[in-house]
Amino acid sequence: MSSEMTKPLLEMKNVSKEYNGNPVLKDVNFTLGQGEVLGLVGENGAGKSTLMNILFGMDVIHQTGGYGGKVLIDGKEVKFTSPLDALKSGIGMVHQEFSLLPGFTAAENILLNREPQNRSVLSLVFGDRANTIDRKELQKQAIAAITKLGVELDPDMLVAEMPVGHKQFTEISREISKSAIRLLVLDEPTAVLTEKEAEMLLKAIRNLSAQGISVIFITHRLQEILDVCNKVIVMRDGRIVNELDAAKTSISEMAKLMVGREVATPDSEKQEARPISDKVVLSVKNLWVDMPGETVRDVNLEVHDGEILGIGGLAGQGKLGIPNGIMGLFPAGGKVVLNGSEIPLNNPRACLDSSLAFVSEDRRGVGLLLDESLEWNIAFPAMQIQNKFLKPYLGGLVKWRDQSGIKKVTDKYIEQLQIKCTSSKQKAKELSGGNQQKVCLAKAFALEPKLLFVSEPTRGIDIGAKALVLKALREYNRNFGVTIVMISSELEELRQCCDRIAIITDGAVSGILPASSPSEDFGILMVGKTAKEAM
Amino acid sequence: MEKAVSLLKSFGLPRLIITGFLLALFVIAPFADINVGASLSDVLGRFGQNAIMVLAMVPMIHSGCGLNFGLPLGIISGLLGATMAIETGIQGPVSFLLAILYSTPFAIIFGWGYGKLLNRVKGSEMMIATYVGFSSVAFMSIMWLILPYKSPTMVWGYTGQGLRTTISTEGFYYHVLRDTLSLSIGSFSISFGEIIFFALFAFIIWAFLHTKTGTAMTAVGSNAVFARASGINIDKQRTLSVIMSTWLGALGILCYQQGYGFIQLYQGPMYMAMPAVSAILIGGASVNKATITNVIIGTILYQGIVSMTPSVMNNLIHTDMSEVLRIIVSNGMILYALTRKSGASR
Repeated sequence: MSSEMTKPLLEMKNVSKEYNGNPVLKDVNFTLGQGEVLGLVGENGAGKSTLMNILFGMDVIHQTGGYGGKVLIDGKEVKFTSPLDALKSGIGMVHQEFSLLPGFTAAENILLNREPQNRSVLSLVFGDRANTIDRKELQKQAIAAITKLGVELDPDMLVAEMPVGHKQFTEISREISKSAIRLLVLDEPTAVLTEKEAEMLLKAIRNLSAQGISVIFITHRLQEILDVCNKVIVMRDGRIVNELDAAKTSISEMAKLMVGREVATPDSEKQEARPISDKVVLSVKNLWVDMPGETVRDVNLEVHDGEILGIGGLAGQGKLGIPNGIMGLFPAGGKVVLNGSEIPLNNPRACLDSSLAFVSEDRRGVGLLLDESLEWNIAFPAMQIQNKFLKPYLGGLVKWRDQSGIKKVTDKYIEQLQIKCTSSKQKAKELSGGNQQKVCLAKAFALEPKLLFVSEPTRGIDIGAKALVLKALREYNRNFGVTIVMISSELEELRQCCDRIAIITDGAVSGILPASSPSEDFGILMVGKTAKEAM
Repeated sequence: MEKAVSLLKSFGLPRLIITGFLLALFVIAPFADINVGASLSDVLGRFGQNAIMVLAMVPMIHSGCGLNFGLPLGIISGLLGATMAIETGIQGPVSFLLAILYSTPFAIIFGWGYGKLLNRVKGSEMMIATYVGFSSVAFMSIMWLILPYKSPTMVWGYTGQGLRTTISTEGFYYHVLRDTLSLSIGSFSISFGEIIFFALFAFIIWAFLHTKTGTAMTAVGSNAVFARASGINIDKQRTLSVIMSTWLGALGILCYQQGYGFIQLYQGPMYMAMPAVSAILIGGASVNKATITNVIIGTILYQGIVSMTPSVMNNLIHTDMSEVLRIIVSNGMILYALTRKSGASR
């Protein structure tokens, strides 16, 4: 696709970067030809975002002393001092977080601030500010951009009413509607999409590439790399460890390079079927939870002693509402019985007192004290709920935090879960996503619960950390007999870990199957058909 | 070298500038015919007088209620205690204890109501707190006239009712702490009484923050959702912190009065929050993090600047700069700190 004769569109030569003396990028070299699709993979913290920030001339880069090496476009060295310069050179980026105006239509968002204009009488007096928007032309240009992308998107639909996938398409359309666009960077575009939407997006990427627009595609989903990319760059610890031809590589090869160690393929780790006790520890009857975006309408579930129960389903169907409702974080109603005694709802304290624990899907918002040390994060709930880590002084008159006890337990979990940190005094916000997740687990483990809810334990963390987190959960279940209810959007992950999997559709359980059932069966449940109907 | 740099960094640029400025003032002082010893005593005296009011910021910052701009409410509790103690006519150091005793129930009741109010306006505590302070001052301005005080040391001489704007503590608890364990060397004098009194309460707060409840309070301020998910009653913790801050405010004003020599009523408490707020911010606290060290460093720096600058400047350029400078430093510091999200060193 790229011609050997002309200069490559983008070339990076010996690019390096350090923050406060810590090198985060070392000697990065690669080229990208016109119309090529480059996959960029690497664990969190491997340097992908820093590399893209350099490409875009983001403020963080020159505020921290610039970068080393050269970035060349069409063979000429460029030094962007702001993202605007990068845009002018035809580089567009779609971020993980959307920047769209919810009250505007797709077309309006696509051409925001670049609207085609009509001059009016007032323009003579007040200048261009008084121009009116040429609606017809706006519509035309928006449709042109959408067609170029090759997706189905209604230009008149309000962003607020769109499903997530369409928002993503609107963002991308906006980038490619810029006439000069030559290189598009997509940062984890499929993370929020359903499988069908992701497929459409991949098709769109191929379309763009066929039209001569180059794409840098950052993703954790390695299959997608194989599907659309021409070549793949694997990064680890700030270096490019390998450049692969996408047609000749495999998921396991990329995964191995990313983590720098053997990752067991899912197949060999698949859950062996084991007998589960018939004893019901937790029974949930007619649970409703008013959690925005994850409404639970009528859930009936029984959790057996010592099992790992998976709860899956598509986003927005209510699977996340179940643990949040039971643990009292969102208004809920219904009946929840743990070991024969009913647990009052809407009361987080009562749940914790009855030896339930919860690892929230919202790590940064609910799960962690970002500004405090790991010691605080891990010991806090156990101290507050169970009066652990308190030392009496003056004959029991006052009780102070037992610093040495707290340090001991923190160090224990740092070792056990292989949390990467400088010390137990490091602040939680300084850790990477995967390590933060491990801190959240340690916090729950320190409570020594009888039943543990774990919500989206691997969201946004890289393959290596993912495997460690899942392993930790499995061992915790096996070694301490703790019943675990694990909620996850990733079916494969549930099938690896769980004994049984319940699928939630439209706020209710649409079916519970053993983990060994074929994935098609789960797929049928997810789209809202019961097993019987499917037959 | 690297260690020194990181140490300096944690000390913070604003503190570095202010410390440098203060030291420069002390160096210039002898050339401007200012007695350094007397100046130092002045700074230490002001420290002892003001430190507890600055300490009153700490509990509310820890629970995430922000800076206690509602300090006048605590001060009013203190004023009620002070006037009631004088009303009893009991003289001497006992009157100080009485004043503390009388102001306590007011501080608890006012603090409780103030806390309940702040729990309803989560996210804009500081703005609401400012107006709680202002409106309570206005309300009490009426009450000082109406309340049936009789003591001749306090009421207006010509009507026999309504309290005067300033009341002397002479004969009651004037300098009760200042003159305890004081030490004089030439023109320099230091009062250990005030410092020990402050140290006692600073220690109590420090110790409290190490208990289970104190830890919970800090967690509420650090991440309220986390605290709730850990089974903490957020509103209760916040209310408790507000009561503590209000009570410390009451205690703080009593301590101020014994050094200053007068009880200031009516508009007196109006702007008392600003110096205390800016002192703790100069000390390196942020809107949601504060330590006892921040209180000590901040009070010394702030009081140092406001007492040294006017005397040195006036002698050098012969204009009265004191008020202008005080306003620039205190409001400037508040503005600076509020635009910064993090920045606390701990």
